[in-house]
Amino acid sequence: MTEAQIAAIRAIVKTGRVLTEEYDRFSYAFDASFGTYLPDVVIQTKDVAELAELVKLANREKIPVYPRGQATSLSGGPLPVHGGMVIDLSVMDDLLEIDEEDLVAIVSPGVLTAAIHKAAEEKGLMYPPDPSSSHVSTIGGNLAENSGGPRGLKYGVTKDYVIGLEVITPQGEIIRTGGRTVKNVTGYDLTKLIVGSEGTLGIITKAILRLIPKPPASETVMAIFDDLVDAGRAISRILTSGILPSKMELMDQASMVAVENYQPSGLPKDAEALILIELDGHPMAVRDEAEQVSRVCREIGAREVRVPQTAKEKEDMWKARKLVSPAIVRVKPTKISEDATVPRSKIPEMCRRLQAIKEKYGIHLVVFGHVGDGNLHPNIIADKSDREEMQRVEKAVAEIFEAAVELGGTLSGEHGIGLMKAPFMEMELGAAGLDMMKRIKQAWDPHNIMNPGKIFPEPGQKLVLSE
Amino acid sequence: MNEQLEQLRAELNYDKTNKCVQCGYCLPACPTYLTMGKETHSPRGRINLVKMAGEGKIKDLSVLEEPLDLCLGCRACETVCPTGVEYGAILESARASITRRKAYSVPQKALRSLLFKKVFPSRKAMKLLGDAMWVYEKTGVQKLARKSGLMKKLPAHLGEFEAIVPPAVSPRERASLPRVTKAKGQRKYTVAFFVGCVMDAMFRKINQLSVQLLAEVGCDVIVIENQICCGALHAHAGEMDESKQLAKRNIEAFAAVDADFIVNNAGGCGAMLVEYDHLLADDAQWAERARAFAAKTRDISQVLALCGGIAGKEGPTERVTYQRSCHMTNVQKVTAEPVQLLAGLPNVELVEMAEANMCCGSAGIYNLVQYDASMEILDLKMQHVIDTGAVTIVTTNPGCLLQMKLGIEREHLGERVRAVHLVEYLAQRAGILDGNPSAQPKA
Ligand SMILES: Cc1cc2nc3c(=O)[nH]c(=O)nc-3n(C[C@H](O)[C@H](O)[C@H](O)COP(=O)(O)OP(=O)(O)OC[C@H]3O[C@@H](n4cnc5c(N)ncnc54)[C@H](O)[C@@H]3O)c2cc1C
Ligand code: SF4
Ligand code: SF4
Repeated sequence: MTEAQIAAIRAIVKTGRVLTEEYDRFSYAFDASFGTYLPDVVIQTKDVAELAELVKLANREKIPVYPRGQATSLSGGPLPVHGGMVIDLSVMDDLLEIDEEDLVAIVSPGVLTAAIHKAAEEKGLMYPPDPSSSHVSTIGGNLAENSGGPRGLKYGVTKDYVIGLEVITPQGEIIRTGGRTVKNVTGYDLTKLIVGSEGTLGIITKAILRLIPKPPASETVMAIFDDLVDAGRAISRILTSGILPSKMELMDQASMVAVENYQPSGLPKDAEALILIELDGHPMAVRDEAEQVSRVCREIGAREVRVPQTAKEKEDMWKARKLVSPAIVRVKPTKISEDATVPRSKIPEMCRRLQAIKEKYGIHLVVFGHVGDGNLHPNIIADKSDREEMQRVEKAVAEIFEAAVELGGTLSGEHGIGLMKAPFMEMELGAAGLDMMKRIKQAWDPHNIMNPGKIFPEPGQKLVLSE
Repeated sequence: MNEQLEQLRAELNYDKTNKCVQCGYCLPACPTYLTMGKETHSPRGRINLVKMAGEGKIKDLSVLEEPLDLCLGCRACETVCPTGVEYGAILESARASITRRKAYSVPQKALRSLLFKKVFPSRKAMKLLGDAMWVYEKTGVQKLARKSGLMKKLPAHLGEFEAIVPPAVSPRERASLPRVTKAKGQRKYTVAFFVGCVMDAMFRKINQLSVQLLAEVGCDVIVIENQICCGALHAHAGEMDESKQLAKRNIEAFAAVDADFIVNNAGGCGAMLVEYDHLLADDAQWAERARAFAAKTRDISQVLALCGGIAGKEGPTERVTYQRSCHMTNVQKVTAEPVQLLAGLPNVELVEMAEANMCCGSAGIYNLVQYDASMEILDLKMQHVIDTGAVTIVTTNPGCLLQMKLGIEREHLGERVRAVHLVEYLAQRAGILDGNPSAQPKA
């Protein structure tokens, strides 16, 4: 970017900050995935009108614009791959209003997801989407990535709770989509189009979210299996028995071993799989459902079923699940967290394929995840500084995506496409499908200034994990 | 990779930065990220900058200086990090690298050398400082200075700090810490007491009370003469060689007594002492001795609690809040005992403040050298204090104690709220100390 362009930016941003120091630019050059890309300038402002002016300038001068929340993206979403401006939206965190009568929350994009959870719960309500990163990620980032979480099984994902948005278009206009009503069929559903568009169609500056009453009680069941396939069968049986758990998580043997070696939590190291189920609703109903779930698991051949009796025991069980991520990086420093998702019936098959990929490439692969909705998290543990190993990992990742798509699944259940999975888009969507998406992008953003380099592969682009 | 870069990587602890998966879980825990609002001042941002230097992407190390200078070193980020990144070690080695390469101006160099090599390591110099403060106070120079408005003109806001410095102790009183104090009743443990340099110069009274309390709960207390500054200020300023020297001298000195524990009463010093094993890990001659020293180190609250706590007298009912010292919480991991001791006192209503684990902004000499940044953090903290409605703020570190006093002054709460060290508070509630331990000389 030129001096004059920076000066023009400074002239627009009157209430915020324009950062150009080397240390600041490097501080906005990464996210929770891979690679370092230096922006030319980082802008922080809470003023929507100023932001709109900035986008107008960018559109005129063809400067790339990269919206950014808290950069917890695992797919390279906010990386400024072509330089230009990074807009730090995490500073827009002032608005968080809960309207009990309309059952909605009105928020600015920088509000942390956990803050919305808390505000809703204080009024006896619930905002269901709960990515594991909720205490750091912004709602703007969640909307752009259409984030999910363990509760997705029963309650769906972010898009199921957004009813209205305020957006700055790539031309710098401020538009409103949807509204405050749950039902709204006026014209194209732009709200849903923008949710999950990963910052390529505009900057979200306000959102209206739907809330639901908070379930009064919950119960947890842990079932341990000697055979992974049995665990898969138990999952299907539970889901077809008329019970809809709020969460259903799987840990494979490698995850259990890692947790036990890291912080002993009473998990069996010799079992092949463990499923952790949460039921929520009326206190009597959930107790009854917990019994039914336990029975199903035993019938299918669970070697042990545990139902926590105290709040502390319950907390400990979920804590063990949360420990998987930190536990596995003790093995090796680099963690490639995938979120390939398959239809529920294909979970056992996917597990088998993952096992084969692990052996074929001699990599350290751990499987856990939100198994109730088929959203597995195969995690590869490697060492970024080992070039040869990373090349094997790159091949293995590609094969994981292929397996998921072949089984009728998808590249991404919740982390988005970003930079990392762009090369595989055509494999899932087909040429015509991808072209349709490109035409939408073209219509919205003819100068391709909004988060360029994401979702759509550039000619010859390959997955690169080694620097 | 060229040799120079390789060497820099080793110096910077580059390998440790690689453990950071950039998840951002540490962002909400970092006080400077909360007050300054940019990634540059977050743990993840700082680690990334060091990493970039290690990869040769940032060529000029001075780029790292400001972001690292603004770090409090409170290490709250370490406590919340799911993957166990050793932020403290990264920070220390990066600072040392910068210091080594830095061309200080001549007067700066002289001042640094005077402070780090002559003043802090010398008990005599610290004693002199303490004496000077006493003379200054008693001769009325202080009153005069305050009246004249001179204090406001001092550089680096020293004037504001002057107002909160505790009443000095007379030289005669100061000399009176006995070498051995016998346990009351049956002896449970023998402890060696670490007096600390700043603690001893400015808070001698607290040291005296500490010895008394330890004896009260059944400890023989030994105070050896040739102990020295713990070296924390040196380490934080990147003067690693100096701090290693000090560590060795302390290890040597304390090896001369056969004690069950080495006890300190200053969170920051304690954090340094328990990490002597890290500091000297690469020194074959000292590593084992350092480990033994670190293993014996305890905060005074741990020993008091271990011996059954202090039996308080039925005093007036009072609402108290406890400002945790970062170094106690995040490095020594001592969190339960102080609360246990306070909760064990009759008629004390302990109210936890919001964000209790957040640093108060004192952080060694941070509040002197980064005054504005420090005050922003303090103002946040004081709001949480006020919300508790407490009349007494209990701390466990001299830096936090001074900072809380400064906070009270800033909020004009002097009439209603006071700040005391845990030891002072326990002594007062036990009837060992009369009156208000932290009464300020009236201006
Ligand atoms: C440890 C860990 C656990 C995670 N767990 C989950 C999980 O359970 N479920 C899940 O779905 N994800 C998870 N994630 C991924 C990540 O947290 C989510 O994608 C999250 O939504 C990103 O939010 P953010 O604020 O960090 O956004 P960023 O990472 O900063 O940005 C993400 C994308 O959103 C765009 N963007 C950000 N703000 C705006 C805005 N206001 N307008 C337009 N575009 C915008 C960016 O350009 C980028 O493309 C996890 C990540 C980590 C590190
Ligand atoms: S929490 Fe730990 S791993 Fe995550 S960004 Fe902070 S230092 Fe890195
Ligand atoms: S030590 Fe404290 S101030 Fe420094 S990065 Fe960590 S949390 Fe922030």
